[in-house]
Amino acid sequence: MSDTSKTVKSDSTTTGKVTEGQVEQQDTVAPADDPTAAPVSVTDPRLLIREEGLKGYLTEFKRKVKGGELGSLPVVIGLIVIWTIFQLQNDLFLSADNLSDISYFLSATGMLAIGLVFVLLLGEIDLSVGSVSGLASTLFAVLAVNHGMNSWLALLLAILTGLAIGALHGWFFARIGVPAFVVTLAGFLGWNGVMLWLLGDSGTINIPSDEGPVRLLGKSSFFMDQAIIGAYILAGLAVVLSLVGNLNEQRRRRAAGVPFRPTSEIALRVGALAVVSFVAAAVLNDAAGVSNALVIFLAALVIVDFVLRRTTYGRQVFAVGGGIEAARRAGINVPMVRITVFAISGGFAAIGGMFFAGQTASATLSAGGGNTLMLAIAAAVIGGTSLFGGRGSVWSALLGMLVIQSIQTGLNLLNMNTSIQYMITGAVLLGAVVIDSVSRKSQKAAGRA
Amino acid sequence: MVHVSATPVLALRGVSKRFGAVQALTDVDLEVHAGEVVALVGDNGAGKSTLVKTIAGVHPIDDGVIEWQGNPVKINKPHDAQGLGVATVYQDLALCDNLDVVGNLYLGRELLHRGVIDEVTMEKNSRELLSTLSIRIPSVRIPIASLSGGQRQVVAIARALIGDPKLVILDEPTAALGVEQTAQVLDLVERLRERDLAVILISHNMADVKAVADTVAVLRLGRNNGSFPVKDTSHEEIIAAITGATDNAVTRRAGRRTAEAAK
Repeated sequence: MSDTSKTVKSDSTTTGKVTEGQVEQQDTVAPADDPTAAPVSVTDPRLLIREEGLKGYLTEFKRKVKGGELGSLPVVIGLIVIWTIFQLQNDLFLSADNLSDISYFLSATGMLAIGLVFVLLLGEIDLSVGSVSGLASTLFAVLAVNHGMNSWLALLLAILTGLAIGALHGWFFARIGVPAFVVTLAGFLGWNGVMLWLLGDSGTINIPSDEGPVRLLGKSSFFMDQAIIGAYILAGLAVVLSLVGNLNEQRRRRAAGVPFRPTSEIALRVGALAVVSFVAAAVLNDAAGVSNALVIFLAALVIVDFVLRRTTYGRQVFAVGGGIEAARRAGINVPMVRITVFAISGGFAAIGGMFFAGQTASATLSAGGGNTLMLAIAAAVIGGTSLFGGRGSVWSALLGMLVIQSIQTGLNLLNMNTSIQYMITGAVLLGAVVIDSVSRKSQKAAGRA
Repeated sequence: MVHVSATPVLALRGVSKRFGAVQALTDVDLEVHAGEVVALVGDNGAGKSTLVKTIAGVHPIDDGVIEWQGNPVKINKPHDAQGLGVATVYQDLALCDNLDVVGNLYLGRELLHRGVIDEVTMEKNSRELLSTLSIRIPSVRIPIASLSGGQRQVVAIARALIGDPKLVILDEPTAALGVEQTAQVLDLVERLRERDLAVILISHNMADVKAVADTVAVLRLGRNNGSFPVKDTSHEEIIAAITGATDNAVTRRAGRRTAEAAK
């Protein structure tokens, strides 16, 4: 059965009308057995429709890149370039141990980046996450070590403090109307001051790393105690969940008579995920196993991704990021969304701070200082979350952190000076923002933003 | 012509609104029946927007009565109006550029399936709604940003219909549109009428008014200045009423007679 609507028209005047091919929503023309494949009055004849098969993917991909929808492309290219360069400089870089190191260390800053993704989706910025993370680790150390509090209770209090601090920033921004960048800049300085005051003369508080959250987040704590099967269970879980979710979605969409993802495409996607996750599992097993810090980070990503894409709250965050007035008229409580988003950012900053404490088993004067903030922002932006609001996903925290942590670990491996590290980090952040701005421009030109 | 129902969906009786020293509306009457398009016209500052805002609940009225399907009601906040079944499409488009068409249609009232946004049903309903309105857009899954101005306007109007309203208020729906897009929007207004909705259309464009409206209600300086059946009224007569050139006994009588005929 042939369907003429499947041909791609290459009329130059219609380049603005391109199909959406995002991960979530597909306008793929359903296979011929789909009842909705018959001409539907909703579709516009000028619309470019993706061809079936590999060629269709390729043309669509090219069109998207031209239109500025880069998606994960900069990350993939960045990773290939970075890994090649470092591997040429030092052949230990792509060793299992080093890759395992990268996977462990990326989770701390990654947690900060998750919170920042929320804020960036609103088109705002939170400059305080580094300081809040330092304050949370110090608060935890003071409560758990100096006052002998139960370490899990201390953890809870530290995270609640982060949430409260974030909510306070959000309140100043949403209710008083102070620009978020100024509020959080004040927080950046102020909360760092509180941390220094709490640490007092001692300067450093060592946290015993044999129990509680610090042990869990430490470098020698692994999922299922390093059992080989552990990593594969995680990889298998991801693949099965993705497969079941995709098929379930396909079934529901088919039943409702709306376009659905063809089985071949689902197979391709799940297959790609399976390859990536099982290779990663094999590499990590080759080193020491999957660190618990990484497992918690990945779990947080899955949960947050679900919240952002599938719940009313997530939709509200995107709506406020896309158009404040439209969101308000749709009955969304804009100040509430803003305050909660900043609270979430503060909460994830505090969790990230605990991850840092787990890495060093201490709370130090320099915690959350230096380039922590820059790295977290860079990670979110490199991963594909726009600084201009309304576009992005939490997976950018993972992808961006892979790039950032590769650079960090690589530079350490080459024994680079801190001065060089700062310069390179600055350049990477600038590069990421330039990519974001340029892609936004070409999206506008292609009528997509 | 329209088959007007006995009881108007919405009736304003002697509505007045004051802002400080300004008497924005004085003793205004207006009736809208199901399946009727009432064009609300008048010069700038005539009180059109204020009148619409009193119906939409943005400004509570000071005096007079608002009747909804024959019963007096109080509309003090936008929520009250929405609860009654009044949907307002504002002049500046209230859509989120980054969300797709489905997301925008259901923004603020997402359908849930076990606590999770039910994209499938929302998409299905959106396609059905858009196709019954004969709205042609490339796909219900593309971001609003990639639609043309006319397409955005029809999506904005379709959005107003998701809540199953009885009265739709369109504030200058064709103000920023080209010829083709204007025609699309006017087609859509006619389809709203076919669906037996009451429509209040604010417009400065007499051609649009003549094209789709059944009745023209003219406001001048915050007061009624005649209500005319469109098919029996010339362009010039409406213009005259708007500018006040025919504020005399003859037109007042004509206005009274059309009001009686409408009842």
